[in-house]
Amino acid sequence: MSASYPPLSRKIINVAMLALTGLCTLLVLAVLLTILGYLLWKGASSLNIAFFTKIPAPVGQSGGGVENAIVGTLKLLALASAIGVPIGLLGGIYLSEFAGGWSAFTIRYTTDLLNGVPSVVMGIFVYTLVVLPMHHFSTMAGGIALGIMMIPIALRSTEDFLRAVPRSLREGGLALGASKSETIFTIVIPAAIYGIITGIMLDIARVAGETAPLLFTAFGNLYDSPGWMQPTASLPVVIYNYAISPYDVWHQQAWAAGFVLLSGLLVISVVSRMVLARGKKLSHG
Amino acid sequence: MKPFDLSQLSRAHEVRFSSDEPADEKLPWPQFTVADLNFFYGSHQALRGIDLIVPNKRVMAFIGPSGCGKTTLLRTFNRMNETIPGTRVEGSIRLGDKDLFSFPATRLRRVVGMVFQKPSPFPKSIFDNVAYGLRLDPSIRRNEIADKVEQSLRRAALWDEVKDKLHQSANGISGGQQQRLCIARALAVEPEVLLLDEPCSALDPISTAKIEDLLFEIKNLCTIVIVTHNMLQAARVADYVGFFLNGELVELNRAKQIFQNPEMQQTQDYITGRFG
Repeated sequence: MSASYPPLSRKIINVAMLALTGLCTLLVLAVLLTILGYLLWKGASSLNIAFFTKIPAPVGQSGGGVENAIVGTLKLLALASAIGVPIGLLGGIYLSEFAGGWSAFTIRYTTDLLNGVPSVVMGIFVYTLVVLPMHHFSTMAGGIALGIMMIPIALRSTEDFLRAVPRSLREGGLALGASKSETIFTIVIPAAIYGIITGIMLDIARVAGETAPLLFTAFGNLYDSPGWMQPTASLPVVIYNYAISPYDVWHQQAWAAGFVLLSGLLVISVVSRMVLARGKKLSHG
Repeated sequence: MKPFDLSQLSRAHEVRFSSDEPADEKLPWPQFTVADLNFFYGSHQALRGIDLIVPNKRVMAFIGPSGCGKTTLLRTFNRMNETIPGTRVEGSIRLGDKDLFSFPATRLRRVVGMVFQKPSPFPKSIFDNVAYGLRLDPSIRRNEIADKVEQSLRRAALWDEVKDKLHQSANGISGGQQQRLCIARALAVEPEVLLLDEPCSALDPISTAKIEDLLFEIKNLCTIVIVTHNMLQAARVADYVGFFLNGELVELNRAKQIFQNPEMQQTQDYITGRFG
């Protein structure tokens, strides 16, 4: 008579570990779903068409929305991308393809330090640099603050994806008589482009929720902000202001604004994963 | 350039010939003339005093154990080693009657094409892979490109297999097809020389046979220098074989001579599998 194989003790450990890892996965999912569900539950009464199309109503009146904050956030992100993406992209290309040992070390080190600067410090920095000389808060100042915050991640993720392009592709280009820059721009970057786009989208998603740098720069606005030189409302700051206000209506709207912001970030995240998956599929046939 | 005879192929070693071979066989002009070539990776010397002539429109194979310097020499012929920091070359190489180092590297590499060990198609369509080198040259008119792509794919014996999917990703074809695509890509710019660095080491025997067949076809178009670990392959495709050991060229001779009656004891030991 043969003993059962594998022995019972190993079967038990197997099942226990599977259950444990599964449980932890569920916990992570549960946290996210709980936050989303809670935001929806608390803010649902405020989520209507007016919430997306109207500016805030005066205290005491019902209705009103955060249209100005949604538009403000989109404008801030557009300006931040216009600043952060080109600098991060070109810096990442330089770092991956051209920088030598010493300069690469310096750039990488300073970039990592910049990434570690607390966001509130970034707010004060831009406040001193832009807001004080202009004598007022503005979309421009907020966009600059978020744009500087985007640089480190855009730069490092671009560098990482470029470095992942195999040396054989670079040599293939050079061996056909392409110059180094021709090889980089016609072979290496196209091979890494889906990864680079994904990194930049996740970078945008990361700064979209930043509040502290905007308090000192974009400030806030109860109305639509014309152009780029006036203070503007933004979703994170609206959430902050409404949440610490004494009014129940504003609390509900803060929950709803949180739900809108988080949903937006989820969409960006999912789309960027799809972009990356599509890139993988293309390059592997 | 004057024709030259076999005895000049390697000036470092006196080459004798068996009686059934004409000793005064005239070769066309030399494609490469290498004199006293030393090569260094940092402080490590990878090539020591190499002297050799590569004849035009012939197939020359380099054999030898790993790390013997054969690939380094190959990559010196199109100055690919210059892309590695910390490398240094001493001595002279002439391409035809010109100094190899007088060319801009980008122009040299259009005259001396190269195919690497691992098939490395660009993540583009099959057509765009072959057209890549053509599009770098502003003197090639746009409307010529399609014809040249077809011609190159035919020369690489790939046209019939890919003609219906020219605009699909080059990563979707088999490894053997990818390597022939890389050969087509290199042939498209009509190089004088094609360098092949163990082109079949990642391929199955059928794909290998296809590539060897096509080397026979293209050797009247260009000079071929091939590095291989496969002794049978060297015997099948090469007119001349150079045996390298520890950075030195030990023996350079007709392929038949090397495999049937090598001059040097070390060559004998290597081809009979006593080391390496």
